[in-house]
Amino acid sequence: MTFALKGGAVETLRVAVESRTPHVTLSQVTRSFKKASTREMFAALGPIDLTLNKGEFFSVVGPSGCGKSTLMDVLSGLARPTSGQVMFEGKVISSVPDGVGVVFQEDASFPWLTVRDNIAFGLRRSGVDGPEVERRVAYALGFMGLRDFAGAYPAQLSGGMRQRVCIARTLVMQPRLILMDEPFGALDQQTRLLMGDELLRLWRETNATVLLITHALDEAAMLSDRVGVMSSRPGLFIDLVETGWERDRDSRVVSTPRFGEINARLWDKLRVETMKVMGAQH
Amino acid sequence: MQRFLPTFLLVIALIAAWQLLHLAIGAGALTSPWMTLTHLISMMGTVELWANVGETAKAFAYAMSLALVGGIVLGVLLGVNRLAGAVAEPILLNLYAIPKVTLYPLVLLCFGLGLSSKVAFGVMHGMIPILLFTMNAIRQMRPVYLRTAGTLRLTPVQSLFHVLLPAILPEIVAGVRLGFALTLLGVLIGEMFASQRGLGYMAVNAMGLGDIPTIMAVALLLTVIAVTCNSLMLMLDKKLQHR
Amino acid sequence: MNIESVLRSLLVAAFIGLIEWLCRTHVIPPMVLIPPSQMLMHLLSLVSTGQYSQDILFSFGNIVVSAFVAIISGFFIGLAVHSMPRFRAALEPLLASYYAVPTFIFYPVFIVVFGVGHGSIIAIAVLLAIVAMITATLTGLDRIPNVLRKSAAVMRMSRLQTAWRIQLPAALPYLFGGVKLAVAYSFIGVIASEFILSGSGIGYAIAFAYNNFESDNMYALMLLVLISVTLINAALNFFDRRLQARRQR
Repeated sequence: MTFALKGGAVETLRVAVESRTPHVTLSQVTRSFKKASTREMFAALGPIDLTLNKGEFFSVVGPSGCGKSTLMDVLSGLARPTSGQVMFEGKVISSVPDGVGVVFQEDASFPWLTVRDNIAFGLRRSGVDGPEVERRVAYALGFMGLRDFAGAYPAQLSGGMRQRVCIARTLVMQPRLILMDEPFGALDQQTRLLMGDELLRLWRETNATVLLITHALDEAAMLSDRVGVMSSRPGLFIDLVETGWERDRDSRVVSTPRFGEINARLWDKLRVETMKVMGAQH
Repeated sequence: MQRFLPTFLLVIALIAAWQLLHLAIGAGALTSPWMTLTHLISMMGTVELWANVGETAKAFAYAMSLALVGGIVLGVLLGVNRLAGAVAEPILLNLYAIPKVTLYPLVLLCFGLGLSSKVAFGVMHGMIPILLFTMNAIRQMRPVYLRTAGTLRLTPVQSLFHVLLPAILPEIVAGVRLGFALTLLGVLIGEMFASQRGLGYMAVNAMGLGDIPTIMAVALLLTVIAVTCNSLMLMLDKKLQHR
Repeated sequence: MNIESVLRSLLVAAFIGLIEWLCRTHVIPPMVLIPPSQMLMHLLSLVSTGQYSQDILFSFGNIVVSAFVAIISGFFIGLAVHSMPRFRAALEPLLASYYAVPTFIFYPVFIVVFGVGHGSIIAIAVLLAIVAMITATLTGLDRIPNVLRKSAAVMRMSRLQTAWRIQLPAALPYLFGGVKLAVAYSFIGVIASEFILSGSGIGYAIAFAYNNFESDNMYALMLLVLISVTLINAALNFFDRRLQARRQR
């Protein structure tokens, strides 16, 4: 591993040489909805052009209701774009493609299954053989610190632990692209910071591309290689911020001056957008 | 068991009230708890009672299976298809509120005297609550479960058996509990009017003869069976809620 | 009218039309079922001649009385039980099993206790309906958010004021669910016990018509029951929706 030796300048070079292979490409993607009351169409998203590079950690921040979740639905193949197309590994996607994992904001653990069965759920349905399921689940239980709770039901766990179960359930499928929609939204600040570290560890270990949607600017600034700032509806990217962190980073970057600069730049852009949203409500 | 003691005391109080009522209006009108129990025990020694119990059990088993399968299948279909559910719900609630016993001449004309009429009556009473509970459980299910099934690339059949049905199981049990009671009621009413066999027929026959001890004994037997089955399902219900 | 109501009306109309057609073409023999239009015409003529007016008044009088008794006493019993948690804990298993017992079996006993006529019919209907109201009252009082009770305390409201100004309105949507059930069960209890044991009322008239092969009268009265239930349900749902609409934010 050479990451630890890298300084700022070399870091930029690494990004340029190693990681600028497109993994996900959105071209002119829009999504519109029909309003229930008036039945007229309104644009929720786009048009968006965005390329996620292979192995990149990309975060999306934006004012509430800007279409962040719509973006994720379109990226994961849960929803089709109204126009434009999403390419994943060189193919246009029309439904959820193989190799994509999703972690939702809400608690998506199944209350009728134990932690172990929750984690094994996707593997068993996709026909992975028994010993391999065992092996991967055991690894995920250890990795997410859930080993002592393997036989427990989600109702017996805290919110943070349940979200770990959901992350582990995604992890065992060995996704090459992990989409996360405010996965720590319901957790307290301390737990969020620690979960952030675990997320970085998971990202390094799996070499997956991660797209994280969050409303917490500090979370985005601390975790990401790049942060996309979205405008209020219809959601468009109005700024892309390169953080320049080393791959081998953790939550301690919050004490660096660079972190403050990134945070300030994000808030500067977002403040205007948030005021637009609040103004629109009055 | 400690927490059931107050309930037990309450049951004792109810039996005491029964005894008092018996003393007030006389044995010809209402047999005492003890007389009812001894009469029931003596009836249990006869072949006649067990033949009737068997008839009722058979009709109930058919009716319950049909109500269960029909209720869950239709409930899932109407729950998944929101428009169909919204169209059907008021109609179903209306059917639920009809005194179905008045429709018995129609059922009798369609199915004739005997087993099929009893089963039809049981299904008429029991299927709608199971259907309504299943439908509403699916409507109120957290959408994130099906989204998860989508991102794990489950087939529709896998989603049905591994996500949808397990997720709504507690509500299905609650619906079945109500459906069980109403199916039994329906079968008994069917026996009272459309049959010459079964516990319902025994009761209606005793009514005709003014045989109060037999009515009370049959009622006691049915109450004990119904309350036992209901308590078992309540326990299952509680267990499913706890997970 | 929204799309659901339109579709529902079309569905019901199509079903009635199908039955009408099957009856007219004698696919369903007239012995089994007469055409719905004929049922309706006969019902109208029965109403105009007043042949069953006594029975109809008898039944509806009983239904109204039983529903009122069940709703009012069910509410107050629920209120009392809610204030006695220990008694409630003892009672709850019995309430949960109550509707599992086929009450119809006890009819002959009621006849002996309350006599033939209004008394026993109303008693049976009240017994069928009251527990639904008690349960709904308990649920409604349980669901009142604690913060409302605390607000009442902060505003130094008396117990009576709290009950009247806070608890009753807060629990009202649940109470109305109980009212709907209590009305439906009163209807079922009255018509069914008339059918089984009484000498008057709509239920009795249907049984009588059946036994005497007066199928015109029988079907007209069945239709009357069906229409009454539908109208009562529609009226209750209308009030329910208005009650719920006020809570929508």
